[in-house]
Amino acid sequence: MPVHFAAAHGTLSSIWLLVAIPLASAAILLLFGRFTERWGHLLGVASVLASFILGLIYFFSLRGLSSPYRAASLNLFDFIPVGGLKVQFGLLYDPLSAIFVLLITGVGFLIHLYAVGYMSHDEGRRRFFGYFNLFVAAMLLLVLGNNYVITFVGWEGVGLASYLLISFWYDRPAAATAGKKAFIMNRVGDAGFVTAIFLMFATFGSVNFADVFNGVASHGAGQTTILILGLLLLLGACGKSGQFPLQAWLPDAMEGPTPVSALIHAATMVTAGVYLIARSNPLFTANLTLQTVVVAVGAFTLLFGSIIGGAKDDIKRVLAWSTVSQIGYMFLGVGLGGAAYALALIHLLAHGFFKAGLFLGAGSVMHSMKDRTDIRRFGGLWRYMPITWATFGLGYLSIIGIPPLSGFFSKDPIIESAFNRAGWTGWLFGSAALLGAGLTAFYMTRLFVLTFHGPKRWTEDIEHPHESPAVMTIPLVLLAVGSIAAGALFVYSPFNVKDWLRPVFNNPAAEGHEHIGQWWATGMTFVVVLIGLAIGLLLFRRGTAPQEQPAGPVVAAARANLFGDMFNETVFEKPGLYLTRALVYLDNRGIDGLVNGLAALVGGSSGRLRRTQTGFVRSYALSMLGGALLIVAAMLAVALG
Amino acid sequence: MSSFPYLSVLTGGPLVGAAVVACLPRSRPQLAKVVALVWSLAALVLTAVMYATFNANGSRFQFRESYQWIPFWGARFTFEADGIALVMLALIALLVPLVILASWHDVDSAKRSVPTYFALLLALECTMIGVFAAADIFLFYVFFEVMLVPMYFLIGSYGGQRRQYAAVKFFLYSLVGGLLMLAAVIGLWVVGRDQLGHGTFDWHQLTSLHMSTTTERWLFLGFFVAFAIKAPFFPFHTWLPDAGGAAPAGAAALLVGVLDKVGTFGILRYCLPLFPHASKYFAPLGLVLALVGIIYGALLAIGQNDLKRLVSYTSIAHFGFIGIGIFAFTTQGGTGAVLYMLNHGLATGLLFLVVGMLVARRGSSLVSDFGGAGKLMPVLGGVFFIAGLASLALPGTSPFVSEFLVLLGTFTVHKTVAVIATVGIILAAAYVLWMVQRTTQGTLNPALEKVDAMRRDMSVREKVVVAPLIVLLLLLGFYPKPVTDVINPAVKATFSQIGTSDPNPTVAQGGGK
Repeated sequence: MPVHFAAAHGTLSSIWLLVAIPLASAAILLLFGRFTERWGHLLGVASVLASFILGLIYFFSLRGLSSPYRAASLNLFDFIPVGGLKVQFGLLYDPLSAIFVLLITGVGFLIHLYAVGYMSHDEGRRRFFGYFNLFVAAMLLLVLGNNYVITFVGWEGVGLASYLLISFWYDRPAAATAGKKAFIMNRVGDAGFVTAIFLMFATFGSVNFADVFNGVASHGAGQTTILILGLLLLLGACGKSGQFPLQAWLPDAMEGPTPVSALIHAATMVTAGVYLIARSNPLFTANLTLQTVVVAVGAFTLLFGSIIGGAKDDIKRVLAWSTVSQIGYMFLGVGLGGAAYALALIHLLAHGFFKAGLFLGAGSVMHSMKDRTDIRRFGGLWRYMPITWATFGLGYLSIIGIPPLSGFFSKDPIIESAFNRAGWTGWLFGSAALLGAGLTAFYMTRLFVLTFHGPKRWTEDIEHPHESPAVMTIPLVLLAVGSIAAGALFVYSPFNVKDWLRPVFNNPAAEGHEHIGQWWATGMTFVVVLIGLAIGLLLFRRGTAPQEQPAGPVVAAARANLFGDMFNETVFEKPGLYLTRALVYLDNRGIDGLVNGLAALVGGSSGRLRRTQTGFVRSYALSMLGGALLIVAAMLAVALG
Repeated sequence: MSSFPYLSVLTGGPLVGAAVVACLPRSRPQLAKVVALVWSLAALVLTAVMYATFNANGSRFQFRESYQWIPFWGARFTFEADGIALVMLALIALLVPLVILASWHDVDSAKRSVPTYFALLLALECTMIGVFAAADIFLFYVFFEVMLVPMYFLIGSYGGQRRQYAAVKFFLYSLVGGLLMLAAVIGLWVVGRDQLGHGTFDWHQLTSLHMSTTTERWLFLGFFVAFAIKAPFFPFHTWLPDAGGAAPAGAAALLVGVLDKVGTFGILRYCLPLFPHASKYFAPLGLVLALVGIIYGALLAIGQNDLKRLVSYTSIAHFGFIGIGIFAFTTQGGTGAVLYMLNHGLATGLLFLVVGMLVARRGSSLVSDFGGAGKLMPVLGGVFFIAGLASLALPGTSPFVSEFLVLLGTFTVHKTVAVIATVGIILAAAYVLWMVQRTTQGTLNPALEKVDAMRRDMSVREKVVVAPLIVLLLLLGFYPKPVTDVINPAVKATFSQIGTSDPNPTVAQGGGK
């Protein structure tokens, strides 16, 4: 059955407001500068709240539609109409976009609210909210586009916002460098994405979702084309989502203010890669090799991230590597295909809650510890900041998958699905996911225990840590509620995500392979998680040395980010630097010298020319005339002869 | 169609203005500036009227005018504008007043005549308009050469370090190209006389000639090399960084933003329709030169330590994109290339003007003399960043649309070329962001704080200069249709003249096998 998105009507014909409101707010904040200093942050929060309320209204409107495919497609105007290419500025609101809209605006609103408190002492608070609103607008455009070009516009828009916010404190060299690194590595992925768009147009003559999916379904394109198309999109997805081999920018992105880490580099933007693959599911399902590559990237990255996460001492970097690892689980899910698409999306939503909560909790800790981030210098904080401790603790238990918190409902089924992939790869990827669960339990326990329990290891200048103000703790509490309840809600309630997304992932057929049953998978995972937790507790319940200690090769490698940065430096940066230097030298000497020599042949040496330059126009006219006469003569000779 | 002689008035007007301004006494610099500004604004209004009058669905060439000139050779004063030329005229008419306003104080301190400087700018406007409006090949050639003279004096008399070297080099390169083109023009005239029975330089008549393969190829090369030097394409580019680096910022904006477009415009208007077979024959050469330019220009831009030279090298990369768009011979590639010519004028024009503002304050154009400047001048730093974003073709700014079209149009016929060119967008991010980082971000360079001028953020005059460019970049970034609709028919006509058509998608639309 060909994919067709019904045109928007009624309430849903105003979905463009979702993007327009935060965009307008960003424009006001950034254009009118100091005039908005006093109330700018409130406008920023209000605009996201407005989008969230609209998102709820649209959500229920969409639920009310009875068509076989609940969707509202809205073409606003001709964007790029040239020849056979007809790109509309078009939006699509369907079940998949709907849940992303709610996640972005809902969690986004809470984090905006939190930032009012967190950024209250920063002189750049207005600018911060301008960028933050810009991000929300771009992210909403990304998930609302009805063709790949609009998605790409949003895609690069969030990249810009991410850059601006990572290097928000641009006078810090580390922040400026981290922002640049993020943008450039993202551009590598974007180059893949945009090339995929070219290939779509060359193959299907269109860049609209519906046309591309129907083109794939028609089997007119060869399997090789599908594979290349998918790999190019995957490259884009890896860049945005910090997946191997484009993972190195994400931990450095922690240079930005903590609300940024929570919203952009944990809950929303970094899941855009998952969105892209889920959105393109008819394409990815059409090629088994492609799916295997996605699964392999996910499985590898989830282990990669969790190994490094266990060796880091910076509270935000541990969480960042944890994000890399958790998105690995989501890639695993979307790669498995079939029923696992919905599982990946459930994990994405649940992760949005608990990881945002964890980051905001980390921000709350930093707020009271004079912006220190070294967990070796924390300890015993539970007594001083009970709300932060409790909410962080719930997020922690949720991410490691303790029942009945949301991580349990969202992660365990992915592990089970991985085991049940057909053939021996099922065992391989399932084991990787299982091991990852144990590692997650270990590094999160380490993080939690070192931060909140054990002896105090603070530096002398911190006398009395304090709980954060209500504007910060209320979002923490609400997100903790999400950490508890989201999983069960998304899996078992009438609002369960699987049923809601059924029209999007049009292939609910069970795979028919069952290596292990549900109870086995759950049981094994639980045991592995307990082992990881126990090791973490045993090693770190008494705290740790305040300085970094020498360590064996594995820990040393993990501290060095498993040599990812070193690889980029030796293979790309250094040779690139030498190449540009050599070219600059050559361009000044070689090519220029050659052409200067030729020029000297034509018009005398440049030194002589400089001397005669006062009469230059005259000599120019003369030489022009001379040359012209010569050539006329030659031409006439040719023409007559 | 209107009977008002738009094009001759538009060409002649600035020349009259230049004469008026040049005659003003040196003691009245302010008057000279105001007169020049008002005059250029009048040209802008006239162009706006033309743009509004132009019927995108009408005939290709509108605003035709033709007057007797040299009957013996068959040369006439013929002006015509198609959509491509019209867009370029609009760009000129917009940039010149902004450049005049941006250069307001640039020559105050120099011991040179202020009225002459602004007269030269107006004279330059006349020649630039003439070269795009001409439809008589000899007239085109004359404008092509005369255009050098005001620019030569702008660089040589009002430029910065090594200005004389740069001016002479600029002149020499253009001279060589011009001579080759002159030879080809004459050769074309001879062929035309033999076939038509009378000598003519009329573009329409000459596009219908039949030539032997060898003649066609030689004549093509004569034009092509001239245009490749002007554009400039690798390996004819080395004059540009010197000229762009030495020219005063306003002149550099016009040099890179407009003058160089004559090269790519010339390829589209002259090389392709006059020598269709040779164009196809040499297309691989054009593609390769352009492709090398994209990567080479970007790598060299990364390695520069001088802001103006850096921007010049980025332009070499951008001209590479225009080049592949043209030689791909697809509707998207060609339309993208022309749109790129406009967008590059806006974006790089803006970048040069903002760099000029930075350099004027710091008294140096070396990147290493800046560092952390955004702290002192947040608004100027922000505008610099926006110009950079436009230069790296971020979606939402108009250069994205053109770059996207160029790459997409190229991809449908030459996948490898397009894929390699796409690497250029990664390098663009690198050179722009590194430039921004080294100048405006990071720890504040202590030397900057000692320069009083570095504490002055943008003045109202400077804001007026950048605002129209930023607004246009954003507006056309989201809604390029008013421009693409004007360009598209002319591009289609050009490609139908050489007999190429777009490839069909490999999978037919509408499902089914």
